[in-house]
Amino acid sequence: MLTMLQGLGRTALDFFQRLGRGHLLLLQILSGSHTLLPRFGLVIKQVFSVGVLSLLIILVSGLFVGMVLGLQGYNTLVDFGAEESLGVVVSLSLVRELGPVVSALLFAGRAGSALTAEIGLMKATEQLSAMEMMAVDPVRRVLAPRFWAGVISMPLLAAIFSAVGVIGGYFVGVGLLGVDDGAYWSQMQANVDLYKDILNGVIKSFVFGIVVTWIAIFEGNDAVPTSEGVSRATTRTVVHSSLAVLGLDFILTALMFGS
Amino acid sequence: MTDNNSLLEPPLVKIRNLSFSRGAHKIFDGINLDIQRGKVTAIMGPSGTGKTTLLRLIGGQLHPDAGTVEVDGQSVPKLGHSKLYQLRKRMGMLFQNGALLTDINVFDNVAFPLREHTRLSPRLIRTLVLMKLEAVGLRGARDLMPSELSGGMSRRVALARAVVMDPMIMMYDEPFTGQDPISMGVLVRLIRSLNDALGLSSIIVSHDIQETAAIADYIYLLSGGKVVAEGTTEDLYASESEWAQQFLQGEPDGPVPFHYPARDFTEDMLDLPAGGAN
Ligand SMILES: Nc1ncnc2c1ncn2[C@@H]1O[C@H](COP(=O)(O)OP(=O)(O)O)[C@@H](O)[C@H]1O
Ligand SMILES: [Mg+2]
Repeated sequence: MLTMLQGLGRTALDFFQRLGRGHLLLLQILSGSHTLLPRFGLVIKQVFSVGVLSLLIILVSGLFVGMVLGLQGYNTLVDFGAEESLGVVVSLSLVRELGPVVSALLFAGRAGSALTAEIGLMKATEQLSAMEMMAVDPVRRVLAPRFWAGVISMPLLAAIFSAVGVIGGYFVGVGLLGVDDGAYWSQMQANVDLYKDILNGVIKSFVFGIVVTWIAIFEGNDAVPTSEGVSRATTRTVVHSSLAVLGLDFILTALMFGS
Repeated sequence: MTDNNSLLEPPLVKIRNLSFSRGAHKIFDGINLDIQRGKVTAIMGPSGTGKTTLLRLIGGQLHPDAGTVEVDGQSVPKLGHSKLYQLRKRMGMLFQNGALLTDINVFDNVAFPLREHTRLSPRLIRTLVLMKLEAVGLRGARDLMPSELSGGMSRRVALARAVVMDPMIMMYDEPFTGQDPISMGVLVRLIRSLNDALGLSSIIVSHDIQETAAIADYIYLLSGGKVVAEGTTEDLYASESEWAQQFLQGEPDGPVPFHYPARDFTEDMLDLPAGGAN
């Protein structure tokens, strides 16, 4: 009993310590970011490895998710004779929910885990320590560019995901199932609101971008510097950031569309 | 004892009453050390005595629990971020495994500090980098990636990188560990000649007695968180200190115990319950 309580206490302490270290790191990253302005190339380079290299998985998944939405939406709508509204159903599902959420989950798996592994290995091989001793602050030189690259890439990837999904839904709905071409697009145009739907979706993916990249960078930087430690940290990144995305999605949805 | 402590010039690194713990484990317990300018000073001791920790304390990566660490008159633990980074530009450190940046090639690794800290033209950077690579005999390896280098080559590239900013002090963390005899000899000569040619002060942390004794001007022996012996190589070989004798002769048991602290062997084998399970 006592050991159980002790264990619980230790776990809680550990949790709050990590939370504290995580916030401290975020503060350091943010306060060191001004040094990136004259060296924006560093961020661009990371946008390539964080964003562009995630593009393929985002495109393929977006296409399939859109196709499934087209199929499911059509089957439901046709019962009410409302298959003309397919464009609205597909685009609203994507822009409000599936675009930001699914692309953030994919981003956590593809880019987040890679970030953690890369930073963790740099720590384990003393590259970060060596930089410190060369008077190059690794927070500014290594972590901050990756953080901003993630924050910039995520909304763009989500937008691409949604756009490709809409096209996927169009293939299935209009191409295969015979929904009217004009109705698909015009209904979509008339019923998707720039602020209420699209902007809120962008805000969501922006928040997800911050959270996923932050977790990934923190886990890498906080990893136990051994190969086992790095592999554990990588797993933690995927699990924690996926949970964070789903939890935050509920909160954000409630705030945005609740009333 | 020599007149090491009575030289007129103040030491480059001055450590007084330094204490440092990791959790309950006391790694340093009030040690005093001086690193003289222009000399090669060796800090020796068994694995796990905290040699690497000492270098990190000098470099400001760790903070002492008590005592002072001064480098060139500045108190390292008291420096703010930018002052500390200014000071580090004048320090070079060779890490145990080289710690080269794995995503860029040899040339870019050596050029890294120059590109980060100076606005020199690419032409000039090229000249400087090739000079340093020539000094370590690896000018021809400039296009290789770190993964294509042997252990000894990595360490020499890291050495070129560490001296490319012309530091005032070089710190070597176990430079000889895991080297074949040839690269060992190369490194020994390099460390000595760099020290003398560039007017550096060097700290070598090591447990390789022969190699280190061959180039060190002054040696500190650490054990159990204390300086147990110090002096020139001749001093130590001639000294009466049991510590020095055990370490220099490589005897398994002596003041540095062979056994990690444990309860009595017979008791443990018979598993008599002595203060707990296991
Ligand atoms: N990051 C760390 N966390 C906890 N203990 C550490 C850490 N790094 C080193 N130690 C401990 O500090 C002691 C000294 O380590 P170190 O300075 O690496 O020794 P040396 O370089 O002389 O072999 C060792 O007992 C080691 O277990
Ligand atoms: Mg060591």
